[in-house]
Parts: sequence; C-alpha cells; structure tokens
Amino acid sequence: MEILVCVKRVPDTAENEIEVNSDGTDIERDDLVYSVNEWDNYAVEEAIQIKDNVGGSVTVVSVGDEESEEVVRREMAMGADNGILLSDDAFEGSDGKGVASLLKAAVEKGKYDLILTGAQADDGAAQVGGMLAAMLDLPYASLVNKIEMIDDQKIKVGREIEGGNQEMNEIDLPCVLSIQTGINEPRYVGIRGIRKVASVEIPVHGAGDLGVTADSVGDAGAKVKRLDYFMPELGEGAEMLEGSTEEIVEKLIELLKAKGGLK
Amino acid sequence: MAGQIFAYIRFKDGVPDDSALELVAAAKKIAADASVSALVVGSGVDAVCNEVVSSYQEVWKIDSDALAYPNAEMIRKALINILPKDCILLVPHDTFGMDLSPGLSIKMDSAFVADAVDFEGLEGDTLKVIRQEYGGAVTTHVNCDISAGAVINVRPGSFPADESKAAGGAVVDKSGEAGDMAAGRRYLETVAAEVGDVDITKEDVLVSIGRGIEDEDNIEIADDLAEAMGAVVSCSRPIVDAKWLEKSRQVGTSGQTVKPKVYLACGISGSFQHLGGLKGNPFVVAINKNPKAPIFQIADVGIEADILDFLPELTDAISEQ
Repeated sequence: MEILVCVKRVPDTAENEIEVNSDGTDIERDDLVYSVNEWDNYAVEEAIQIKDNVGGSVTVVSVGDEESEEVVRREMAMGADNGILLSDDAFEGSDGKGVASLLKAAVEKGKYDLILTGAQADDGAAQVGGMLAAMLDLPYASLVNKIEMIDDQKIKVGREIEGGNQEMNEIDLPCVLSIQTGINEPRYVGIRGIRKVASVEIPVHGAGDLGVTADSVGDAGAKVKRLDYFMPELGEGAEMLEGSTEEIVEKLIELLKAKGGLK
Repeated sequence: MAGQIFAYIRFKDGVPDDSALELVAAAKKIAADASVSALVVGSGVDAVCNEVVSSYQEVWKIDSDALAYPNAEMIRKALINILPKDCILLVPHDTFGMDLSPGLSIKMDSAFVADAVDFEGLEGDTLKVIRQEYGGAVTTHVNCDISAGAVINVRPGSFPADESKAAGGAVVDKSGEAGDMAAGRRYLETVAAEVGDVDITKEDVLVSIGRGIEDEDNIEIADDLAEAMGAVVSCSRPIVDAKWLEKSRQVGTSGQTVKPKVYLACGISGSFQHLGGLKGNPFVVAINKNPKAPIFQIADVGIEADILDFLPELTDAISEQ
C-alpha cells in the first residue's frame, strides 16, 4: 500500500501558553516550541503500522516554510520512507482551500492508495482532508479512529462520533482519511532515529514544480482571511481564590461543602 | 448580499437537535432580514420537518430510504444537486458537519469557514466571522468572501436558540432532484461506547483531570482526592488518548455527557469539545497553573496552581476534617 501523510508544523500547545501579541497581528511567537501537529503524528504512526502489515511505503508531505523540514525529518525518523516539502513565498497566507490545492498537486505527482491527514491542526478547522478528497474526487472519512484492511480494493474504517460511539464504514481505495488522536500509540523518536535521517535529502517543490498559478494559492487566492487575534470580553469569569495555599484550601473546602461537593 | 441562507438540521429519532433553532439565530446575525430555509435530509423525515417548519421560511426535504443513516458522502452529492450555487449554508460543527462541509464547499466552489462562534456583520460580499484557534486559547476575526456562496460550520451552543417560531413556512419536497447518491463509502454499523467500571454520568461530584496531571503515575493524586471527597475521577481527552484512563471516564462531545452538581476541573484547559460534555450548570472549580486557560472563563471559582502540588494539599485538609 502506497500511503501519503500530510503533516503540519505547529506551536506545541502542551509546551506553550498561547497568547495574543501586543498589536493583535499574531500570537506571541517568541520562545515558542514547535512540533508536528499532534493529530498528524497519529496519522504517520498509523501509516507506518499499515506498511509494516501489508508492505508498501509511507511518504510524508508538508506545506510550510523551510523550518517545516524539521517535522518532515522527524516523521521520517519515526519510519516514513520519503519526505516532501511544499514551500514557496507564493504559498503564504493560503486558506484551507489553498493548502488543499497544493496537496492535490503533490498527490498527483505520485500514485497513492491511501492519503491521511490529521483530523485538525492548530486552527481547529478540520478542513483540509475533506477539501483534498473533494478536489481529487475520492471517497472521504473524517475523525477515523480505526482502520482494518479488507483487500486491495477497500478498507474498513471506524469514525469517532458523539458520545464515544464508533461509526463503522467500508470505503473504496484510493481514499482520503482524517485521523483522530487515540487511534494508536505513536512511537517515541529518539535522538538516534533523528541522526539516521539527518542527511536524507528532502525535495522542495515550489509553485512552478507543482504547476499551480501563484494567484490561485496564498493570500491572493484566499477567500477566507484572518484579520487579527484578540481576547474576547467575556462575562466575569471565575472568582479567583487568592492567598496562601492553606487559605485557598480552607476557602475551597467551605465552598465545596456549601455546594454539596463533600460527602 | 449573496443568495438565500440555509440551515442544515441535525436530528435523532425524529427529534431535531438543539442546533436546529440555534442556526435560526445564527442566520439572523448574518442578515436580520434574510430569508432562512431549513434542509432536512434523511429517511422518514416528516416529523422533523413539522417540528422546524414554524421556525423557517421554507423547509426543503430530501426523503430517501437510502439515507436511513446520515452518510455525509451521499448527502453531499444530493446537496450539490439541490442547493442554489450562491447560497450560504450553515451546518452544525459536529462530527457530521466536519465530515460533510469542507468537501461540499469545494464542490459548490464556495468559501468555507469552520467552527464559527459568532458573526460580526456583512459588508457587501464580505462576512466577518469570529472563531477560535489553539483549543480556544485565542480568538480571531476572519473575513469570508461570500460572493460565490459559502458553507459555514457553526459551533453548537454558541448561539441562543431562537424560539420565536415566527416564520411559519412550508415544506418543499426536493427528493426528486437529489440525483444519484451512490458513494465510495458505505455505512455498516454503529458500535456503542464501551461501558466502564463506573458511570460518570450518574455522579454528583467529579474530580476531572487533564494534561496537567503530566504522568500516568500522578493519577493516584486525583484518586486520593476523589476518595477523600466521596467523588469519582473523570478526565479530558488527552488522558484517554494516552490510555491512562478508559474511554468511559472521558467528559466531552466525543465522550460522556455528565450532569454533576460539582465539577473540579484539574489541569484541564477547557476546549469547547470538553465543555460540550458538561451540562446541568454545575458548580465548576478550575485549578490550572496557566492563568489564561479558557477554563477560567466558564468556571465559578478558579485557583492558579499546579495541580500536582495543590491536590495533595486539598486531600490532606479534607481528610483531617
């Protein structure tokens, strides 16, 4: 099975407190720790497990600036065979559709049976996989938390739906799936693994290589544009308990007693 | 502005979802005088149509035995055939909307905005949308060009239900125009969530842990507190993804919906997916070392502290009483 996994380099929300910068044009980027998008990491692990079961290859592709190369390399250290970086100044400011059209061009340069994305990334839109499938006229399933091989024509996939239930589907290959966290346990990547792929060449494709016109992607092609970041005025919010730990504990116990939180 | 506004109605067992009336309010926020129609798609949908017909100008229905289960791949094909090209379609941003909408926007050649939480006016063909990033840590304004139509996924619960029932429309049967819905993805069955050793949906007091617990070995800190309080431990999604607790302990839209009296959110940032599983207006205590965690916006009482230090102190104090 030839598998393509689309990955994104994002600020690691487990390692950073994300805040708006002083003029609201961006989040505060100083001292941010970046990593591969959590959902994408599960997708790469799933692809590697499928390859280990039925053979084939795993290719990782990312749209981003040159720093995105590090996440492609990291996923290769996990066990992906090939990496591709889609990078061009013209891609900056792309909306979801712009990113999907770049990935479509990358898909069409290869021949893949299965294309995986993470279910969502830092912007929480959960959009690129579904758009890519529609552009390629391939079947799609989102929020996939189980994949079972049936034969080389079709697979069985479980979708995570409301209430912890799982919707089982049969889906024809080739297809596009967006992967939900928890589908597997992504393997640890050690420093030795990183070293092994440190000198592997990762091809970089720009607009010309992909055959996309500059005005169809990037800021020029975007119908959806972020204007600013801000912190909304919300109601009063929580009453913050202040004081020494002892004082806070005492106040909290009083409150819990009053509200029926202590038996 | 562009064309008509449609609202996609989600329903279960013949009963419309809460979002059915929330989308009326959402549409009015886009354009107060807009004509808003509902889309009801499924098998045997007359009861649902009758439920929502008083709230919408028109109810367009597609009624087909093939849609007994709402397979987004099939429904997308039908919608492409019946929807006017330049319409605005509002869809709840749930597991169905995430499945349906991005691809639909491509096929309709219209703009797509995911997980809108509010609208801030329409100027010409530009709709200003409010949404969030990084699990709710920051909010953004987004401009959406709706000149060729738009598909907009709206976060459930972000608009108040419009109960005015002021429209009083008619049901229009579009089933004949749906066309061929055969798709490369076929629904097989729904596997019900596993039942765990405790039923957190029936508990009055929950000690709920998130990423702030940091390590599987630290879960006993929460267990100890729950025992002292006479409560039960629940959790947010990352704890289940890490396989530290079973899925039946997860609070959230993809886990359990709980209705406790008291909810201690310990090291939980408070994403909308998590809060979507917290109902019944409980007394919420948030304990988090990040003072800007979104959970503090909805909590009644907040404590800025590392749960690994604070919870044992609390446990000791309660035990001494």
